[in-house]
Amino acid sequence: MNAQAFTFGRAVRLSILIFGAVIFLAPYIFMISTAGKAQSDIFSSSLSLVPQHWSYVANFTKALTRVSMTTLLWNGVVVCVLIFVFQVIIAIPCAYAMAKLKFRAARLMMVLVMLGLLVPIHATALPLYVAFDRMSVLNSYFALVAPFTISVFGIFLFLQFFRAMPDDLIHAARLDGMSETGIIARVIVPNAWPAITAFAIFSVVAHWNDLYWPLIVVSNQAYATPPLGLLYFRAAEAGDDYGALMAATLIITTPLVAAFLLAQKRFVEGITMTGLKG
Amino acid sequence: MTALSLRGIEKSFSGNAILKGVSLDAGPGEFIALVGPSGCGKSTLLRILAGLESADAGEIMLGDRDLSSVPAADRNIAMVFQSYALYPHLTAAQNIAVPLVMRRLTGAQRLPLVGPLMPGQRKAITEIKRDVREMAVSLKIDHLLDRKPGQMSGGQRQRVALGRAMVRRPAVFLMDEPLSNLDANLRVHARGEIVELHRRAGVPTLYVTHDQAEALSMADRVAVMIGGSLLQLASPQVIYDDPAHVEVARFIGQPRINLFQSVVGADGRITLGDVSLGLSRETVSAGAPVTIGIRPEFVRVHRSGQQGLPARIERLEFLGSEIIAYCRLDAIGEPVVAKLSPAEGAGLAAAMPVRLDFDADRLFVFAEDGHRLRPELMGAAAPLETAHG
Repeated sequence: MNAQAFTFGRAVRLSILIFGAVIFLAPYIFMISTAGKAQSDIFSSSLSLVPQHWSYVANFTKALTRVSMTTLLWNGVVVCVLIFVFQVIIAIPCAYAMAKLKFRAARLMMVLVMLGLLVPIHATALPLYVAFDRMSVLNSYFALVAPFTISVFGIFLFLQFFRAMPDDLIHAARLDGMSETGIIARVIVPNAWPAITAFAIFSVVAHWNDLYWPLIVVSNQAYATPPLGLLYFRAAEAGDDYGALMAATLIITTPLVAAFLLAQKRFVEGITMTGLKG
Repeated sequence: MTALSLRGIEKSFSGNAILKGVSLDAGPGEFIALVGPSGCGKSTLLRILAGLESADAGEIMLGDRDLSSVPAADRNIAMVFQSYALYPHLTAAQNIAVPLVMRRLTGAQRLPLVGPLMPGQRKAITEIKRDVREMAVSLKIDHLLDRKPGQMSGGQRQRVALGRAMVRRPAVFLMDEPLSNLDANLRVHARGEIVELHRRAGVPTLYVTHDQAEALSMADRVAVMIGGSLLQLASPQVIYDDPAHVEVARFIGQPRINLFQSVVGADGRITLGDVSLGLSRETVSAGAPVTIGIRPEFVRVHRSGQQGLPARIERLEFLGSEIIAYCRLDAIGEPVVAKLSPAEGAGLAAAMPVRLDFDADRLFVFAEDGHRLRPELMGAAAPLETAHG
């Protein structure tokens, strides 16, 4: 940055942005700070960001030993990957058909997708729970994954993206001898990476952080996802040991933060291309 | 002998008739240009032929094979799109290879990871690579094979698109305005190349364009489509010199043909200035409205004398090898365009009063429904002439 570009207007703009960033980051920063504080530090009357006694090692040891952190993280990864893979497998062909094929039910499909976007998971949670209970599939990966395999949001996002793809490209593929499945695999997917990346972030963030649904269908610690594990940890082990709790939270949020930082460019690209606002 | 035959193709979109029974035959190795204003249905016809749209009625015959219900992938028809429609994620070589890969490899051989284990896959791929290279060399794009479409210029992309269409030796070759995205110089150059490629491939080619210069200069025969109907299919000379319909005359020719509304006189003759034409009474009755057409190059401009109709020059365009004079007739206020050689046009100026006269045997007469009427020239005996087409 050279001095010439640093005008008054730019300084004002940057200050506003920095102020906003600080507000948004404050809880996270405070969490990092608390994760390193001893019990006495946390409950002291003065508010300081830098711990007086560095207790990171103690707190992280507690977080890693008192609860089986590897199981939690592993469950989180399995559930998120399964959900994402199924969502993409279902949403891409569906969105392709709605965007590029002509069929009589196309309008009805569009209405159904819109309707699906309007119905929150909380409305369907009870019937789903009863059904899973009858099927005796509570406390399983199936119960955690199945309700999210069809993502109307995913269909909608891919639909917007595919509509922008030129029809001639699909026509050329047909003339070159591809079946509709072939077109999806060889033309659509290779050109849809920005949209897939964007959707991956939406999907993984939502399901990694989801507490509501795991809380309903999982009561066995072996299938607990990270946020649910955190809840158990707080209830059963930590009590008011906020230092250990914050250390556990830090461990659980780190993978997402790292993933976002790595994919940030593609993520923004994908959102701009779909014309959706985050 | 016909290689490709379209019979009574009809198509309408939500009640709008786009194609109203189009029939067309192409001989083996014939280059046919489909020309018409935008929205006349020429691209739709091409898409129906390719199998990308289905016709409401009519049949498509390739040799003695009925293609009407054959899916696009199995028709062995190749098409070059206006946008080229290259796969953006593949290199030029991979783009050209796609139709071969889809045809020569089995589904299992195409699978990632598993494919290379299938018997015969390696040999087929070697052959495909060889054919792609041969194609690229013949199109002079072998130095571009590793580039993706985004790294190529318009002309280069167009060649890759041609290569992709030709590499599998299709039975019919379709082109949908392949030159319209190129700049003017390149376009004229590419015309010659496409004609040359067509001659080498020797398969019937349908070439859609809205540019009459392209159609007239490239095609063996030109099909003029207006409003969903094929009005005339003939050699470029016949299309220009002997149009069968007023719309054909109006569409082909630059500057546009001069058209005048007139009526048949009581004696069965029509007159335009000093020219009087007899029309057979069998075809038109006295008082019937007709349209008279004369191409600008057959309008003569006189600066003096009593011959011809009085008019005034409104505007002159100097185009180097020719001069276009925009005039207006004093009597009826109709505009008339004349195309003159620089010698003929010397000394003319805007607002100058002139006299215009017309080459009698170059006048076209069209009936009210647009079809051509064949006039008897002044004083000629009266052979029965009927509307053409």
